Amino acid sequence: MEKFFSYLEYPIVRYALIVGILISLCASLLGVTLVLKRFSFIGDGLSHVAFGAMAIASVLNLTDKMYLVLPLTVVCAVLILWTGQNAKIKGDAAIAMISVSALALGYLLMNVFGTSANLAGDVCSTLFGSTSIITLKLSEVMLCIVISVIVIVVFILFYNKLFSVTFDENFAKASGTNSQGYNLLIAIIIAVIIVLGMNLVGSLLISALVIFPALSAMRLFKSFRRVTVFSAIFAVTCAFLGIAVSIIAGTPVGSTIVAADIAGFLICCLAGHFYAG
Amino acid sequence: MSYIEAKNLSVGYDGEVVGKDISFTVNKGDYLCIIGDNGSGKTTLMKTILGLKKPLSGEIIMGDGLKKNEIGYLPQQTVIQKDFPASVKEIVLSGCLSKCGMRPFYKKEEKALALENMKRMGIEALQDKCYRELSGGQQQRVLLARALCATEKLLLLDEPVSGLDPNVTAEMYKLIEQLNKDGVTIIMISHDIESAVKYASHILHIGENIFFAEKAQYVEKMNINLN
Repeated sequence: MEKFFSYLEYPIVRYALIVGILISLCASLLGVTLVLKRFSFIGDGLSHVAFGAMAIASVLNLTDKMYLVLPLTVVCAVLILWTGQNAKIKGDAAIAMISVSALALGYLLMNVFGTSANLAGDVCSTLFGSTSIITLKLSEVMLCIVISVIVIVVFILFYNKLFSVTFDENFAKASGTNSQGYNLLIAIIIAVIIVLGMNLVGSLLISALVIFPALSAMRLFKSFRRVTVFSAIFAVTCAFLGIAVSIIAGTPVGSTIVAADIAGFLICCLAGHFYAG
Repeated sequence: MSYIEAKNLSVGYDGEVVGKDISFTVNKGDYLCIIGDNGSGKTTLMKTILGLKKPLSGEIIMGDGLKKNEIGYLPQQTVIQKDFPASVKEIVLSGCLSKCGMRPFYKKEEKALALENMKRMGIEALQDKCYRELSGGQQQRVLLARALCATEKLLLLDEPVSGLDPNVTAEMYKLIEQLNKDGVTIIMISHDIESAVKYASHILHIGENIFFAEKAQYVEKMNINLN
């Protein structure tokens, strides 16, 4: 424990904690809606797209990869959402196709045109996050804080509408709510969160931040508000524990956070079992 | 002017027509039952009335002060709702959403309206219970209370009694009858011709033969024995 507090004196460690907790929090807020709408796969598909975009950005030698990765992922989010709604089964296949293609072509691009000396290392850290504590510049931390605050404010302002659209889209539409617009909003926010989260846990593990808090909360609570609040608390706790352990034990930060999520989920499952009798 | 006037309506999806040449009118205070075989386009017709689908041809004219967002809807249950963590209160309150516009939160009056409608449906004791743990009849009451929060003018009910046992079905029909007496206009899809004839004021039969009339005419034409 003392070791952990002594590490807190380094700005790098503080930045990592702030960014990790904020990203987990944002992902968990939207997670409830995504899981309930059966959209969990969108997060997974999008993270592969983000990997592909990241590969293109590094081949092009862009200094700030975010400017390419973010818009590309948002566009794909919108496309996936639309195809997924117009034709259910075809949509599923379309997502699988897009995500695998992005993954394969991304790696191919990096391999053929890559200039980096440590290709395997680059690929690995894009997929699974940094092997040790993430190194972030102050500007990146600020960007992350700004985007997180926007996501949280938007979520709170549209909370009631998101509930209605999630629970019963047809009813919401019939009583004059622009449900297509809210679906779009959800897709855009989730794309933004995924791109942000890639730095932290890598593109393969980001969906864990989206689904575990929601699934754990649903084991224990029965109203939408409680599920949302608990999944936020769950996400923050697991992110904090995961990062702390990874600092102390020197484990890769992304997979440690996800491991904390898995452990939390199992505890909630057990608790739910006894709680329900 | 009628609430709803449909003229030579064709409905369907993906360009395929499932029901055509449908014409009918709904006036304030009516109780219209839409009956027809499976696949005759009842639900599609209802979605077209609600504006969830565009009519393939023909038109729907709304009048008598009825606005687009003043239609309450009781849809068939979806898969998503079966394991949805939501309390009764949250669901009923979400019916008030159309009154909010861009305002992010509910006002006191809207919360009061939700409570009143829960009382009206006899579910105020369940307000903190989880929706997925209720019985089928209770769930329908919750959805009815939600629809009433959206409007007092016109309710569209899509097979409100499907899957309910006979006692609960009878209660549900009584409840809907009472709402109609209170001045709520009802359009209901039903499988059950007997009850349709018992409660409705008008009947729309769709499928091979399209027939719209007041109940008395329908009974006469179909030679239904009423007793």
